This record gives sequence, structure tokens and C-alpha cells, in this order.
Amino acid sequence: MRVEGRAALVTGGSRGLGAALGRELARRGARVVLVARGERDLQAVVAEIRAAGGEAHGLLSDVGEKDAVHPLVGASAALVGPLDLLVHDASTLGQVPLRELAETECEDLARVLEVNLVGPFRLTKAVVGSMVLRGQGLVLGISSDAGVVPYPGWGAYGVSKAALDHLMRTWAAELEGTGVRLLSLDPGEMDTAMHAEAMPDADRSRLRSPAEVAARIVDLVESAESVPNGSRLDLMQLARVA
Amino acid sequence: MKPAVWPREKPGEARLLQVDPGAGTVSDRRLSDLPNLLRAPDLLVVNDAGTLPASLVAVTSRGRVEVRLAGPGETDRDWTAVLFGAGSWRQRTEDRPLPPALAPGEVIRFGDALCAEVRTVSPASPRLVELRFDREGASLWSALYRQGRPVQYSHLCGPLALWHIQTAFGSRPWAVEMPSAGRPLGIALLGQLRRRGVSIASVTHAAGLSSTGDPVLDAGLPLPERFEVPPATVEAVEVARRAAGRVVAVGTSVVRALEASAASDGRVRAGRGVATLRLAAGFVPRAVDGLVTGVHEPGTSHFDMLRAFAPEPLLQEARARAEAWGYLEHEFGDLSLILAA
Repeated sequence: MRVEGRAALVTGGSRGLGAALGRELARRGARVVLVARGERDLQAVVAEIRAAGGEAHGLLSDVGEKDAVHPLVGASAALVGPLDLLVHDASTLGQVPLRELAETECEDLARVLEVNLVGPFRLTKAVVGSMVLRGQGLVLGISSDAGVVPYPGWGAYGVSKAALDHLMRTWAAELEGTGVRLLSLDPGEMDTAMHAEAMPDADRSRLRSPAEVAARIVDLVESAESVPNGSRLDLMQLARVA
Repeated sequence: MKPAVWPREKPGEARLLQVDPGAGTVSDRRLSDLPNLLRAPDLLVVNDAGTLPASLVAVTSRGRVEVRLAGPGETDRDWTAVLFGAGSWRQRTEDRPLPPALAPGEVIRFGDALCAEVRTVSPASPRLVELRFDREGASLWSALYRQGRPVQYSHLCGPLALWHIQTAFGSRPWAVEMPSAGRPLGIALLGQLRRRGVSIASVTHAAGLSSTGDPVLDAGLPLPERFEVPPATVEAVEVARRAAGRVVAVGTSVVRALEASAASDGRVRAGRGVATLRLAAGFVPRAVDGLVTGVHEPGTSHFDMLRAFAPEPLLQEARARAEAWGYLEHEFGDLSLILAA
């Protein structure tokens, strides 16, 4: 899907990969709505995109809140029109320092699932009907290798990402033939605040920048028609194949 | 006829009153029968407007008012609105007291973070005003969604949530009342229709208020409503027409949009417009062959529109049958299909 002239909604848009995706999509001519909980960071990203000549709008919202979904989708559509691209980037690690499942409170697991899985479910449900009607649209879930590899300590987050992958896969199967595509994508490790929270001792100099990763993801979005619907893409593996 | 007092848990289970003006018959069906009542290459056109929570409680220097946004004006900041005095949706609109008399320049405050200025007051009624909000863009839309509640009426049994007033495929929040005929149509049903060779297309139509509590204003409803017909819908109408397919509107708002954009030869034009026409018995539809709509009461503007699609005695008979069969009316009620087979 060429992103120029398209309407895009990116959750988790105030920092890290979400902000970088917002910048990259706007740079390539998309009309972008960024969603986040932190107003100062969000408005800074929006101002930066606008200063560079792009179109961006910031909406304060918590994707883990049920009541937030329709206001978010309605306001987004009012600002940029019916959505062509939805990126589920917002996510939470749960308790940090990360802890093993036996030490994870039930409420903490529930909160992680609420933000990383149920939020994307609700948001997709509110957006996908309009995409089906128009016969086009792409929903992209940002996943993690913790959804595939059982890293000790990453249980709550990993479970939520494995479930997000399967949510995208199942929805893709259900919408086969409608023109709407759903993919999940593991961006690999990046130098973000979230990475630093999870792995404070990591060598940041070895990590890729979110901007670099975002550019590759938008390349993928622009060639998503060539990828089987419902695929789980691994950006690092794709880079190695390329 | 009894009103539906609450949204159905499963909207797709709505009943469908099939009214065939060609055969002069009325039949009791289910919405799930719709794919069998249409055929290739018919075209079903839905209204994809999302619904704004358009009722806002506000304070003025002269007292509290309820502001019901009726439709957008020239910019996002400008809105036509209908004002109500004390009370709530639990009272019939015609029983609501008048709002305090507001003059142009008066400031209306919605909570802490949103204001609007009264720009004009209609000579027809002190309830009808033009407002300009004090902000625009993301800040305005966020505030409207934070402060607004669904517009609703006294036949309902409880306060609606925002998701109750959305269709499965709604997007831009141009409507202030839900385009209700589309609500029972789920994505799965649209898929079944497409597999049967029935095309689906959309218009966006800013469905307005259905009642203002003011007899003068109510007599003039619907107010002018903004709409947009996309080029893909124009093409779908032409394809259906060429192959002798029927164009079926889902809801009276779609009839308004398509008929308002139809030329005298029945060809529909793409683009935006404002629907000012009132469709009644004398009106000959140029673009639409039939419609899916609620079960409407004689004397309403919706019923008047139906008279353009079926003779009044048949509509009266359909209404009586629906009542005897236990159909429910109003926005969360059952549906009818008025279409010659």
C-alpha cells in the first residue's frame, strides 16, 4: 500500500518506534494520527512532523481503556478521514524490573493483556468494518521475539505478543477476500526507552535506531501486498535474507 | 407499535418486514433473509458516517442548557445546534422547557476545557442557533468526545454508550444521530451479500436530529444535511443500472444523499453537497429503487419518504401487520425492505 495520501493511526506514538513510524509515514505523505498517554512527548512529535511539512495530529488516549476506543477512532476519522492503516505499537512490559511468572501478580498479567492484546482487539474491531466496506486497509501489530521464544522473565509480555500474532492471523483468515490485510511484525531490538526499561545493562551502541527500523517497516507496508495475509514478519530475518 | 427500548444484544437478529410494492404484498422475514431477497447485480448502499456523541450539557450566564449538535457548518468549529432547557433525554423533547434566551455573542461553557460562542439565533425558534467553538482540530474533537453523550429519546430505558450508536462500518463522525438502518448490518452479512453477487457501496451522510421539541422546527425536519458520494459509488450505481440491478438504500439518509446528487436522468454525481430536499409522496426517486429502513409511523418525515416508494394503503397495511406481528419501532427496532421483487 503506497502510504502517500493515506490516513494512518499509530498507537504508542509519543516515543520510540511509534514516534519514528509517525515521522516516517508523514514524511512519505500520509496523514497521521498519533496516540499516546503522555501529552508533552506527543505534542513534541506532532510539532516536529508539522515543522517538517507533514500532517500529524496527537490524541491523548489509553488504548487499554474500553471507553477510549470509539472516541479515539471517531476523532481520528474526523481529523484524517477513514483509516487506511492502523499500527498497534502501544504496549507495556508490565512490572519492571521484569519478573518470572511465579512472581507476576494476576492483576499485572491482566493489565499487560488489556493494553497489548485487548486494546488492539477493540481498536481493530472499531476500524476494520470501514476497511472492509472500502475493500482496502492494513492493520499491523508490532510484535516481539518474546512472543515466540520463552525468555524467562518476559512471560506476561511474551504471552501478550504471541496472542497478538494469533489475533492478527485469525482476523486475516476471517477477512480473506475482503481486501483488508492484517500482519504482525517483530521489529527486533532497538534503542528505545522501553528496551532500556527491560534491559538496563544492554550495550546501546549495538542497538539500531527506531528511525532506521521505522523506515524499513514503512517499506514493508508499501510492499505488503506481496506478503501472505496474516503473516508474522521478522524484520531481522528479512534483513538477513535480503 | 412498541418501541425498542434498548439496543439488541445481537443486532443481526432484527426482523425484516418485506414490502413489495410491485406485488402489493407484505411478508414477515428475518434480516438474515436479506441475501435471498436481493440478487446479482443489485447494489446495496450504506451510510458510513460514524455518530458523534452530540448532546452536551453546558452552562451560560443565563443558566444551564443542553446543546444538541445538529450538523456541521463551514469549518469544524462551526455547528448548527438545538438548545434545550432543564431536563434530560428521559423526558419527551416536546415536554422540555425552552432554553434560556441567548443572544449572539453569548458564551456557552462545556466543562472546563471547551467553550462556544452563539453566532446567530434563528428567527424561527430560539432553540436553533449557530455556534462557533473556541478550538479546532484534535483539541476540539477530543473535547467533544469527552463532553458529549449520545443524543437519545425518552422511549429508551437507560443511558446509551458511544458504541451503541455506531454501525459496524462507520467512520467519519458526521452523524449526530445514528444512521440506524445500518446498525443491524454486520460485516458477516455484508460478506454473504457480496458472495451472492450483491455489490456494497457507501455514501457519507450527516444524519441530523429527528426531533427538536419545537413544532415549527420539527415540521421542517430534516434540516439541511452535508453528504459525500465517492466516485466508487457512482461507478457502482452505473454498473448496477447497466445490468438492470436494483439500487437499494440502507436508510433514509442514503436516499437523501443519492437523490440529492442525482441529475434528472438519474445519474448520480460524485462529490460533496448539502441535501435540502424533502422527499414525500409526489417525489419520484431517480437513483434509488428501494430501501431498507425502520418501521415508521405515519405523519413522520421518514414515513413521508416511504410514500415515494410504495402506495400509502400498502404502507398502512404493512404498519398494521408489523404491529400485529410484534415488530418493534424506532432506532433500535426492526427493519423493513421496501422494494419491488
